[in-house]
Amino acid sequence: MPHNHTLLELSKKLRSRDISALELCTHFLDRIEGDTKLNAFITSDTERALQQARVADDALNSGSASPLTGLPIAHKDIFCTKGLKTSCGSRMLDNFISPYDATVVERLAKEGVITLGKTNMDEFAMGSSNETSWYGPVANPWDTSRVAGGSSGGSAAAVAARLVPAATGTDTGGSIRQPAALCGLTGLKPSYGRVSRYGIVAFASSLDQAGPIAQTAADAALLFDAMAGFDPRDSTSLDKKFEAASSSLEKPLKGLKIGLPNEFFDSGVDSDVGAAVQAAVARLCELGASAVNIALPNSAAAIPCYYVIAPAEASSNLARFDGVRYGYRTNDPVDLTDLYERSRAEGFGAEVKRRIMIGTYALSSGYYDAYYLKAQKIRRLIATDFDRAFAQCDVIAGPTTPTTAFKIGEKMDNPVSMYLNDIFTSSVNLAGLPALSIPVGFSGSGLPIGMQLIGPYLDEAKLLNVGHCYQQTTDWHRHVPGEFA
Amino acid sequence: MSFESVIGLEVHVQLKTSSKIFSGSSIAFGAEPNTQANAVDIALPGVLPVMNREAVTMAVRFGLAVNGLINQRSIFARKNYFYPDLPKGYQISQYEIPVVGPGYLDIEVEGKSKRIGITRAHLEEDAGKSLHEDFHGMTGIDLNRAGTPLLEVVSDPDMRTATEAVVYLRKLHTLVRYLGICDGNMQEGSFRCDANISVRRRGEDKLGTRAEIKNINSFRFVDKAIQFEIARQIEIIEDGGTVVQETRLYDPTKDETRSMRSKEEAHDYRYFPDPDLPPLVITESFIEDVRRTLPELAHAKRERFIREYSLNSSDAEALVGDLDIANYFEAIMQSTAATAKAAANWITGDISARINREGINFENIPVTPLAVGQLLDRIQDGTISGKIAKDVFQAMWDSGDTADNIIDARGLRQISDSGALEEMVDEVLSNSAAQVQQYREGETKVIGYLVGQIMKLSQGKANPRQVNEILKRKLDD
Repeated sequence: MPHNHTLLELSKKLRSRDISALELCTHFLDRIEGDTKLNAFITSDTERALQQARVADDALNSGSASPLTGLPIAHKDIFCTKGLKTSCGSRMLDNFISPYDATVVERLAKEGVITLGKTNMDEFAMGSSNETSWYGPVANPWDTSRVAGGSSGGSAAAVAARLVPAATGTDTGGSIRQPAALCGLTGLKPSYGRVSRYGIVAFASSLDQAGPIAQTAADAALLFDAMAGFDPRDSTSLDKKFEAASSSLEKPLKGLKIGLPNEFFDSGVDSDVGAAVQAAVARLCELGASAVNIALPNSAAAIPCYYVIAPAEASSNLARFDGVRYGYRTNDPVDLTDLYERSRAEGFGAEVKRRIMIGTYALSSGYYDAYYLKAQKIRRLIATDFDRAFAQCDVIAGPTTPTTAFKIGEKMDNPVSMYLNDIFTSSVNLAGLPALSIPVGFSGSGLPIGMQLIGPYLDEAKLLNVGHCYQQTTDWHRHVPGEFA
Repeated sequence: MSFESVIGLEVHVQLKTSSKIFSGSSIAFGAEPNTQANAVDIALPGVLPVMNREAVTMAVRFGLAVNGLINQRSIFARKNYFYPDLPKGYQISQYEIPVVGPGYLDIEVEGKSKRIGITRAHLEEDAGKSLHEDFHGMTGIDLNRAGTPLLEVVSDPDMRTATEAVVYLRKLHTLVRYLGICDGNMQEGSFRCDANISVRRRGEDKLGTRAEIKNINSFRFVDKAIQFEIARQIEIIEDGGTVVQETRLYDPTKDETRSMRSKEEAHDYRYFPDPDLPPLVITESFIEDVRRTLPELAHAKRERFIREYSLNSSDAEALVGDLDIANYFEAIMQSTAATAKAAANWITGDISARINREGINFENIPVTPLAVGQLLDRIQDGTISGKIAKDVFQAMWDSGDTADNIIDARGLRQISDSGALEEMVDEVLSNSAAQVQQYREGETKVIGYLVGQIMKLSQGKANPRQVNEILKRKLDD
């Protein structure tokens, strides 16, 4: 069945005309339509997807197709898509139809990629379990009583259940890597500045990056190469040319030095998780790599630092949702203050409000130095830790998350325990580095385990190369939850 | 008890760029509401600001012209507050490190030169407009102005009188127009002034508590608002009260300032560096490129006018205050044989009077410098008298016709035919026996009366120089 294929395999079948883009599109739309357990999608777009598929078939028939032409994917509902609802998982934007496409959406569409729909997510990407969504939680296809992770939970669940062969996500503190790990997928968070943020509803502008969630490193590379690149509409995007990551996937790992941070293998990590990651490192060593112990001494400060900077930026970024120009507006406001207060009180969920309040506090006069400025200094220390580490190694490896997927509802009453799920991922965003999560096994109870590979700034190609070589000798990435096979 | 007032001005200079500071929208004034507001300007989800290079160039031009420090690395910050015409919920401005650091402007008041420090000048975006009329108790929002580039010029508290403040403001106004970075239109809000005012007893070092008067939109109002505010504060102190720190508004119809909000009600703007915009880096070579394109500024132009046209200092000063006037003057000089003094007198006299009466600017004057040049030539060559020329000029303005055509059509040519003039002189003399008698008894002043009579007889067309000659000859015979 076509849904058990990777993007690259499907691309071959499209090119050889074993299957048409329209058939492929219809097949996946049916699967999306047929799913009743996951709640992975907020919007699906049948009409337009079929139209795009017909255009793709014309291109495939005439030989003017790119390697991506006709491949169907889904976008996280944080990407603005012209003429389509872009809710960002929030009641605030439940009625918002974007009049423009995000750069990422535009770039992929230009390559002939077909958009099947928009995936569920934590409200404004604030969450690690997809439980803060206005549209309800997303279930993990490996165990539907458990979370799919977040904030890109809908994208991860959809790919894991093979409702789509791949999807886009965004990652501010782990929002691509953590759900990829909890769902047994390959997820790439690119270096800050590699992928345009234009058209991505902003959460924390200095941390947000878009990237792919896919079955394999090779698929992730295919999408990443199409998504990335300079965009004059984003002043923080990097004006620099790069070799395609896809072209260096096969590079032998001989001589590769893998740094293992002591801080990432402490007692807080589930034994199943730690063991699977150690085994994966051992496998990489069999492929010619060697492991060295390294230190990231300021790791423990990453979560508190992140939870000052991200909410501070968010408190300002979310100010535009005021009920004045678009989005949710309360009924019959009596005056301007009432319009603001009730529109925002009713339009935002609890976690978003919590972070707006934390961020507002951190930026307030009298507290700015103690919180925001201090956090910026710690951020620099964390980045320096990584610089020092990369003097000793080529990539850093560790668990993506300390545990496997937890139960839906389990952590909703304890925000700090929820935040600690991002303990290994958020420091990477603070340092602006690229990182990849790849599946490296299953726990005793059959839940996927992810390993995070962190690379030096702008070296996505190295991470995808390591991930790909690993996947050439393992088959964790080929496992599909029985119910969705 | 004698008081001293301390005044500092914050001036919002709207930059004359071709598009907004962070988006490609037009900034033209007067378009239909919300037709010049794109996705970035209305702050749709996901949009990002991109710095307008032209605005940076203009800021650097200004910085160089006030001998200011150009910060080679400046930071954009977000100033957070909620208001319906502020689409993002924050204004992008510069806070800790502005593009232009300390500089100065020298002003002249009562013949004495004084240096006014410029603390800083920073780039920021304007907000939109809230429209409270025509919406039946509701408020309309026009976002055309949102994102218009502003350069906020902050002076040191160096001014001591309302007059000094106005002279400084005029000098700044002249400067930004010379630099071509602002159209200077105060009615349209292209050049807006906030004044910070405090008073203290003379001899005291410590500054008094200040009040800030917002958005004063004419030179006259700046003068009046400051005077009112100084008097208000002195009265409070003399009555044993204390001035409170607050923001006030000037009401021109009542000629008074009144409280807008107190310090306690002031916003906490939660400034922080805008993560969407990297630091603004200005290289030495960029600065040098801008320096090379700086135009001749008012001071230099004044010196040149004195040198090149032999104008006196006050005439030159009167011409260079407004770049359009200076350009108009030079264009006249290109086309006439008349003296610069004559051209200057005409500009500051009849031409300015008519301009003021019509309520327009020199930019829009209907009489071309070439036409004025021809008029001056006709005075110079004796075709018409200066007095007749005044009427000709008004006719040129009204009809758009040339001086020569008007002179011919109305038969205004000066009478220089000595035969005809002799006849007129004889006629007047024969009717003015008493005055002739007075003259001959040594009361020579009476000649003025006689000339006047002859001019009247000629309907103003007699050549006054010739009349004088003939008259003197005949009386002295």
